[in-house]
Amino acid sequence: MFDTLSDKLQRVFKNLRGEGKLTAENMEAALKEIRVALLEADVHFKVVKTFIENVKQKALGQEVLTAFSPAQQVTKIVKDEMITMLGTHTSRLRTANMPPTVVMIVGLQGSGKTTSTGKLARYLSKNGHRPIVVSVDVYRPAARKQLSVVANEIGIPVYEGLPEETKPAELARGAKREAQQAGRDMILVDTAGRLHIDDDLMTELSQLKDQLQPTEILFVADAMTGQDAVKSAAEFHSRLGITGVILTKMDGDARGGAALSIRQITGQPLKFVGTGEKFDALEAFHPDRVASRILGMGDVLGFIEKMEENIDRKSAEEMQRKLITDDFTLEDFRDQLKQLRKLGPLESLLGMMPQVGMLKELKNVKVDEKEITRVVAIVDSMTPRERANHMLINGSRRRRIAKGSGTSVQEVNSLLKQYGQTRKMMKSVSGGLLGGKKGKFKLPFQMPF
Amino acid sequence: MPSLLDRLKQGIQKTRAGLVDRVEDVIHGKKEIDADLLEELEYTLIAADVGVRTATDILETIRQRVARHLVNDPSELRQLIQEHLLGVLEASERPLMKPDQPPRVVMVVGVNGSGKTTTIGKLAQRLKEDGETVLLCAADTFRAAAIEQLEVWAQRTQTDIIRQSQGSDPSAVIFDALHAAKARKVTTLIVDTAGRLHTKDNLMAELEKMRRTTVRVIPDAPHEVWLVLDATTGQNGLEQARKFTESAGVTGLILTKLDGTAKGGIVVAIARELNLPIRYIGVGEQAADLLEFEADKFITSLFEK
Repeated sequence: MFDTLSDKLQRVFKNLRGEGKLTAENMEAALKEIRVALLEADVHFKVVKTFIENVKQKALGQEVLTAFSPAQQVTKIVKDEMITMLGTHTSRLRTANMPPTVVMIVGLQGSGKTTSTGKLARYLSKNGHRPIVVSVDVYRPAARKQLSVVANEIGIPVYEGLPEETKPAELARGAKREAQQAGRDMILVDTAGRLHIDDDLMTELSQLKDQLQPTEILFVADAMTGQDAVKSAAEFHSRLGITGVILTKMDGDARGGAALSIRQITGQPLKFVGTGEKFDALEAFHPDRVASRILGMGDVLGFIEKMEENIDRKSAEEMQRKLITDDFTLEDFRDQLKQLRKLGPLESLLGMMPQVGMLKELKNVKVDEKEITRVVAIVDSMTPRERANHMLINGSRRRRIAKGSGTSVQEVNSLLKQYGQTRKMMKSVSGGLLGGKKGKFKLPFQMPF
Repeated sequence: MPSLLDRLKQGIQKTRAGLVDRVEDVIHGKKEIDADLLEELEYTLIAADVGVRTATDILETIRQRVARHLVNDPSELRQLIQEHLLGVLEASERPLMKPDQPPRVVMVVGVNGSGKTTTIGKLAQRLKEDGETVLLCAADTFRAAAIEQLEVWAQRTQTDIIRQSQGSDPSAVIFDALHAAKARKVTTLIVDTAGRLHTKDNLMAELEKMRRTTVRVIPDAPHEVWLVLDATTGQNGLEQARKFTESAGVTGLILTKLDGTAKGGIVVAIARELNLPIRYIGVGEQAADLLEFEADKFITSLFEK
């Protein structure tokens, strides 16, 4: 859909070769592209202005290093600036000197507070804490029930409240009592969604704050939020003094520019990022990854991390060798697909990929989990000789394989084609890795497939 | 009981205040239309989440007129912007689809947290006031307590509801609800679906399956598929609308949470790109806080002093 910023900059600077410096003139077109990219990513327009100004300052007068193209150089400046503005450190949750630590979860309606509360509780309990959750949302129908269901699902105790506790303050008090009795060291307080201009409800929150003395007040923000993000965040911050931000729904394709706006307007760190419907889909915030996302550069680091977690290093190295020496057989192809499946939902994985060159095509490839099962079945229906040498597979063999795997000849054909493409692509990638000239692509990591 | 227009005005007062004030700010005190003024106007539109491309288009129209000396007075700019926005929204208007025989089936879809269930509660209230008989279908079998939430709305609005337990197949719930709607001779069946991000292919495929199930029971259904869109949504709203239209065949939009400070300008971009009409706007959490969307009134309210 959108061209990536890197692509656009590449085009802008196409005519710039040979010029030794980045000047106000030759930067202008580039800055325009950066501005549009940031606005399309929903960064607040005032923040965009500041950002552009900063980039301009840093870029002007810089020698165009021979090792980089001007486009690469500007891309680097832009990315570095984005990371700086997002906050260079990954923040953790603070705890109170005297447990239990109280964490208040606040935000607009539908931003994802209850789901985030569940995810955070799970995250904390995995990290050695003993949290208890409580919902003080007495307004939205079935809101408290929702948190109870979530808590039961993830095995975290929930304070359900006594029948006579009908006000947020009473429920919170009850939860604190319960936490002390049951020896829980953290209380997560899920509050009702509210508009930042709803004076009564905002007052209720600040009273709740006075009563609970929370160590952390986390503002939950939807990654899809547009320009209004600064208004709501600023108001929540000025009324409550938020201490951090949870950015939700990052598993979608929103670029998440709101993150930068909120960070700039509140000065408070982004702490967590919600990346899926499951309750373990909460990650610590990494500025570099979100920066890439806002700029449309893909999340290479996140991708590598996932790979490393799930891929057996030895077999990856072996695969690397095979790719280079041209021994990449259909059997390897199948094994790679099997490994790939261990990485979890493929869409989320492909979403992390940088959208450059041929990998851009890869992003549009629809990967259906069932498809993989079919492919594995097809390869399983081949003889060992066929797997070792796909050139053998003629029309009659194709028919036999289709029958054996319960698929059609067309499907067998398309698999063979896919395999051929993969071989071709991997060869060019690995060529790049070896530093050779034949490869078009340079990737800083090993492709496990 | 305040009139509809009053409620509409009241509901979008905040929206109006934001956009109009800034347009006024920009125009006020400027005698001539210069580049700075145009740039500021562009930012005004961008700040309303209209989007860079739409904003640029509007400004381009104005630039051309300025160049041809058709506009000399800065205050005419407002008129021009108003006309342009109205033109975009009106071009996407179309009548509601009426089935040959009841029930009319309305599917409500959207991303997580956009306000589907609340909107359905309000919608049920509205349709009942218009003399319809309504049946609700709790096909969000995924989110914790979603069924209970819809049940509370069913009680509040005294509407019947078809439900199964959490985790059951949404298409099965719809199947039951369609038969119940026919047997009970209701005029409208409203189907609540689980919130899903438009990037999740498997969940979007589930929507397609729900559609197929519906067609099997009532061939011309669903008659309307409404995408619920949060007014705070930025440029991603366009992609949402695109993907949901592909999978679920969206026929209209409902813009929620307009009682905040968000402008909801993305609907202009959506109307422009996808030709989808806006049906209702949500302006609060009470049963009566759902208003029919009317492009002319919406734009007029946006701009009238």
